[in-house]
Amino acid sequence: MAANAPDATTPQSTGEASPPRSAGGETLAPSTILPVRGPDLPFILALGLIASVYVVLIVGMISSTMFYVQWPIVGEVFTNPRYRYAVLLTLISCSITTILSVWIAVPTAYLMTRVDFPGKRLVDAILDIPIVLPPLVIGLALLMLFQTPPGRFLQGYVRFTYAIPGVILAQFMVSSAFAIRTMMAAFAEINPRQEQVAVTLGCTRAQAFWWVVLPEARRGMVPAATIAWARAMGEFGPVLVFAGTTPMRTEVMPTSIFLELQVGNLGMAAGIAIVMVALALAVLILMRWAGHGAKML
Amino acid sequence: MIRLENVSIRLNGFALENVSFCVPTGEYAVLMGRTGCGKTTILEAICGLRPIAAGRIYLMDTDVTHLVPGKRNLGLVPQDAALFTTMTVEEQLGFALRVRNRPRAEIRARVEEMAQLLNITHLLKRRPHGLSGGERQRVALGRALSFRPRVLCLDEPLSALDDETRFQMYDLLKLAQRHEHVTVLHISHNREDADHLADRLLRLENGQVVEYPLKPGSTCSLDSDEIPSCK
Repeated sequence: MAANAPDATTPQSTGEASPPRSAGGETLAPSTILPVRGPDLPFILALGLIASVYVVLIVGMISSTMFYVQWPIVGEVFTNPRYRYAVLLTLISCSITTILSVWIAVPTAYLMTRVDFPGKRLVDAILDIPIVLPPLVIGLALLMLFQTPPGRFLQGYVRFTYAIPGVILAQFMVSSAFAIRTMMAAFAEINPRQEQVAVTLGCTRAQAFWWVVLPEARRGMVPAATIAWARAMGEFGPVLVFAGTTPMRTEVMPTSIFLELQVGNLGMAAGIAIVMVALALAVLILMRWAGHGAKML
Repeated sequence: MIRLENVSIRLNGFALENVSFCVPTGEYAVLMGRTGCGKTTILEAICGLRPIAAGRIYLMDTDVTHLVPGKRNLGLVPQDAALFTTMTVEEQLGFALRVRNRPRAEIRARVEEMAQLLNITHLLKRRPHGLSGGERQRVALGRALSFRPRVLCLDEPLSALDDETRFQMYDLLKLAQRHEHVTVLHISHNREDADHLADRLLRLENGQVVEYPLKPGSTCSLDSDEIPSCK
């Protein structure tokens, strides 16, 4: 972009008074940070004190787990076939859940933010149900759903209860709700005028969506995918109830931690937890990096 | 020509009833009125972005009342320019022609023509982020005119510009209008815009559009006998 900046080489023949620009040819954005001055200091310090309680708790939590853990045990997570299976199933199921969640979230969030239809408020409330329902209840409700005739019919083709598709469905039910909310915030931030201009330029609604709105929404897809992944990886209750805890079959990492705690093996539970922390951080960094790339678009 | 016949627009708690006015072909009309009186709503109705409850809208003798925005053959420049943030200036200028599946060479030639007319050739490879207000409006103007519409709708395009840039935009808007032979409806709350640009001054007052005399000596791009009268 900067290579084509006009300032040094191209005379502005209209003589327009451009705002000050950086070397990269960008105009200066208005400042969003107010400088802290002497009299403001007690107020800012008080805010900092409150915020630091939470930050210290997070850091303390992670670091004490790291101190507690016996590192050879962490190695066992990758060498023991049972735990290795749980790690792999977690990675694969979370990835599939994330893709499915974003795939559902984009059209749903677009409809909810850009189209008026009868019963919209009701649909909006329904979309919040998986967020507010206790996770165990979601698992139980899924079990009930698959006891109904349509559920049984579907099971005839793909087995969900106490099977891997059940793990993914249990994760998906919760992750999607969060991905939809994140995408709705992203669509709400996009200037609706862009889409309106696109249709005056000859686009159909679908063309305006694919060519103008969706490229813009890519920035929102990164946080939506991040939150979907994080929720999916942490999902425990619905997976436990709906898909079970069978080792080498439907055991995911949170289930492993639960099972180890059940038998009093705190060391192994901490070892698995550390791997989960590392995975979560890796995904967070990857998504931030992807998000940075999307912002550059 | 832009002609509204007894157009009624009803929104939640806001209504414009029986609005009628006409802008003859080739004229530059400035529609003024207080903030919130419904100027933009009328423009949106002309563009097909807002449904109307009654009446008819004609653009160049075609009844567009029930046409989708893309079939009305008009260009729109919104107040905030609403540039497509993920596209370069070049892509924005060629967008409408790409939608119409025009050959690449034609798109390239037209983009170049618009860029030269609006003096934005040096910005072609840039994305909107970091463009100044005047630059953004020039790109939006080029994008709106790129597919040779017969009507151009401008929604307060100069309101966020400094005086110097605004004066430059006056010349550019008139130049673009003459070059492209478009009929223009320009919404503004600034009398100065009307003094510099208008061939016809309209005001939205008490829900009705009324014509006001122009200030003596203000510019007019056409002689009065060249202006075909409205039906």
